[in-house]
Amino acid sequence: MMQETLIPKLGVVTDIRIDTPDVKTFRVVGLDGKKVFDHMPGQCAMLSIPGVGEAMFSITSSPTNTEFMEFSIKKCGCLTNWLHAMDVGQQITIRGPYGRPFPVETELKGKNLFFIAGGIGLAPLRSVINYVRDNRQNYGKIKILYGSRSKQDLVDYHEILDEWMADDNVEVYLTIDRPQDDWDGHVGFVPNYVKEIDLDLDYNVLVCGPPVMIKFTLANLKELGFQETQVYTTMELRMKCGVGKCGRCNIGNKYVCKDGPVFRFDELDQLPNEY
Amino acid sequence: MKKLPVSKIQELFAAIRAQQTLYIPTDDASGQARYLPWQEGMELTHALNTVRSAKDFFFPQTENLVEFKLKGKEIEIIDSRTEQDDFVIFGVRACDARSFTILDKVFLIDPIDTYYKNRREHGTVVTLACTQPEETCFCTTFGIDPADPEGDAACWIAGDSLYLKARTEKGEKLLSALDNLLADADEGEIAAQQKATRDIAQKLPFAKLNLAGFNGENLNKLFDSKKWPELSEACLGCGTCTFVCPTCQCYDIRDFDTGHGVKRFRCWDSCMYSDFTLMAHGNSRNSQVERFRQRFMHKLVYFPANNEGEYGCVGCGRCLAKCPISMNIVKVAKALEGEVQ
Amino acid sequence: MQELMLAKAKELLQNGTVNRVLGWQAGEFVYDITPAVFESEQDLDAGFVYNEFCGNNLSKYLIKESRKEGKVLAFLKPCDTYSFNQLIKEHRIIRENVYVIGVPCEGKTDGETLKSKGVKGILGAKSEGDELIIDTLYGEQRLSKRDALTARCLTCKSKKHVVYDELLGEEGEEVPENHRFEEVEKLEAMTPDERFAFWRGELSRCIRCNACRNVCPACSCEKCVFDNPASGISQKAAADSFEENMFHIIRAFHVAGRCTDCGECSRVCPQNIPLHLLNRKFIKDIDAFYGEYQAGEDTESRAPLTNFTYDDVEPSIVYKGGKK
Repeated sequence: MMQETLIPKLGVVTDIRIDTPDVKTFRVVGLDGKKVFDHMPGQCAMLSIPGVGEAMFSITSSPTNTEFMEFSIKKCGCLTNWLHAMDVGQQITIRGPYGRPFPVETELKGKNLFFIAGGIGLAPLRSVINYVRDNRQNYGKIKILYGSRSKQDLVDYHEILDEWMADDNVEVYLTIDRPQDDWDGHVGFVPNYVKEIDLDLDYNVLVCGPPVMIKFTLANLKELGFQETQVYTTMELRMKCGVGKCGRCNIGNKYVCKDGPVFRFDELDQLPNEY
Repeated sequence: MKKLPVSKIQELFAAIRAQQTLYIPTDDASGQARYLPWQEGMELTHALNTVRSAKDFFFPQTENLVEFKLKGKEIEIIDSRTEQDDFVIFGVRACDARSFTILDKVFLIDPIDTYYKNRREHGTVVTLACTQPEETCFCTTFGIDPADPEGDAACWIAGDSLYLKARTEKGEKLLSALDNLLADADEGEIAAQQKATRDIAQKLPFAKLNLAGFNGENLNKLFDSKKWPELSEACLGCGTCTFVCPTCQCYDIRDFDTGHGVKRFRCWDSCMYSDFTLMAHGNSRNSQVERFRQRFMHKLVYFPANNEGEYGCVGCGRCLAKCPISMNIVKVAKALEGEVQ
Repeated sequence: MQELMLAKAKELLQNGTVNRVLGWQAGEFVYDITPAVFESEQDLDAGFVYNEFCGNNLSKYLIKESRKEGKVLAFLKPCDTYSFNQLIKEHRIIRENVYVIGVPCEGKTDGETLKSKGVKGILGAKSEGDELIIDTLYGEQRLSKRDALTARCLTCKSKKHVVYDELLGEEGEEVPENHRFEEVEKLEAMTPDERFAFWRGELSRCIRCNACRNVCPACSCEKCVFDNPASGISQKAAADSFEENMFHIIRAFHVAGRCTDCGECSRVCPQNIPLHLLNRKFIKDIDAFYGEYQAGEDTESRAPLTNFTYDDVEPSIVYKGGKK
């Protein structure tokens, strides 16, 4: 039987973790208790509550997690409001995986990796970070810079503290935008912090966050001497089909859902500036 | 090649109808040319082409994808598709026939759109050669020969005869089933008509329309053109061009609460609409200039960049006739040609 | 007239009265006219046109244009001036930023109308006396100007401008014997079932392109309810077989009392649905229930549907079709 792309499968939400005041992480498995499908880091899935809406979300969990998938979702629209209001045990529809993943098995293999994330931008990178940590022997040095508005807005804070920071093979730098009482770490915006970190130019950089953060981060990376060919990001545009046919996420001759969402900056440079 | 007297065309229609549903372009109650299921006595329209394109047959304006039933926290997914019957579309013009191969390049590439494929497989396209092109026609720009249309079978009405020629296996199958109505004919019998049509085609206002330079190489140059604000200034932001276009294929997926469940359907959408790229946190194309540019860049540049130079246009002229402000792909191409030639 | 208008436009640009001109631009054929803003004399010489094919109502563009820097010259035909006034009344156009020149109109034709009269392959057209001489791919064709008129121009209500700063040419007269309600009367004479069948037949052709709404000067909402995803009715296509009917019926209700009967909705409909008949029915009923009223005739009066008086017809009477 031919694979149906527009007919979803059923999933059930088995755990809901409150990450920040507006981000929750949802654990999803199939009705048989197993993972609904396999994916690669950076790929996305279409989640839906019929009658409410369907939207594309990056898969936050690592492919190395063989038991379930996770989605860290920020409350910002009709569907996400609904998802935030639901309880464990709710069934949802899911289809995917969609898009081109981060090239973890090709271009990035064996390389030093520098992850830069802002706010909910950690969601797609978390999948890569945990994939790389689980295949540690295949990669060089790893640095992670993550910033948010405040300590309360740091997504996956406990995982960062308990696992990433406890890992001797990973360097983690956290920052928040403004000082607050219970924070003794770095304070300041992500793009500026990038310039304060001791960094060789042989890193490949994976960056995701709000557009303005990405813009200034890229500028500062270039100032430090990084080439656009070393920097990757993942994009977000309105999507409906997920397979490059409905036309919505078309930029130039690319479809973000199919040819992206992961792009290298030299590839983005070839496209019209319309994102 | 086969033929039968034009006076027996109703017998031909009846013979096709005896086997499968037959659609022909005919004048409806309001006098508009449209495809309708043939019934006894229904005649071909005299209009050159149907008001609405033929893409509905394979990519209808609305189409149910799947249904859901919700009960508490549970969801049931129901694939409500029914078996598609075989059908014949008779009298498709060369431009519209080409539009199907363009739609194929969207819907039949991996991952295949099974809804489209299902209809495509069950449909047999019988084209009809043009004899009196309109001034809005510019199919020859895209290498289409209105006197020798593509399709599963092609036909010509010349003099008192209807000539038929099968071009594919499906076409062969259709014609062989009609064999008792048909006599053998020689291709030479339609040569004069073909020559006359091609002569007119050469004299059409846009016969010399030149699209050289509209390709992926000039993508950013064309995108950055200073002409877009002026070209799009009067655009109403309606979807007329998109919806009358035989090759526009963008769609939306929506849910409809029927009261007994949720029906998920897809429907034509237009990049000209303000909510096309609207997300919960913003819009990547905020002005009509950007939306207008998207449509023409897609047809003239992006599509050919991805499809070996094939444009997303067949020169049917519907948008030229129907745009409320008479802005169209020809005017856009002419305005921009100076930037790339 | 075109020459007069060109000279006047250049004069007003030169002396600084206006900094741009809203008019009509020639196309590839004789009939494919596009509304355009001309900013210089060169622009005007290159494309400005005014002839029997300049049907587009330019008033709605002034919502946007009157909010730009400087004053804009707008050429308005008699029926366009009604829309202009109505938009002034609704505070949608900034009056002081527009210099209105009224231009005469003898009725318009368009490509679609000529084609409906059997003209094929239109290459050009010129007017000669009462006739239009059309050059086509298949030889010359002649059509009397009366036969070439668009449907809306055949029932023209007035050739007189209701507003202008300056007038070019001679002012026309109102056309009291315009017979514009005859088609509505035919619909009223039908049985409810026949009428329902008529509208279902017409509206079933709707492709929800929104051309009628987007061109309509009375449809000037910043955000249409049908474009609002939160409204629950924002469908782009029929979710069920009555959807399009609702779209048009709701739209007709929304413009009732404000529609000036300019006829743009029917002109632009790619499916040739006689949408103006819905609006005309409302106009006729408003005339009957509340007294003669013409939207856009002035900028001050209160419209019957937004003005309460003790003499207002009771809803129950409206329901019975006005029969007491």
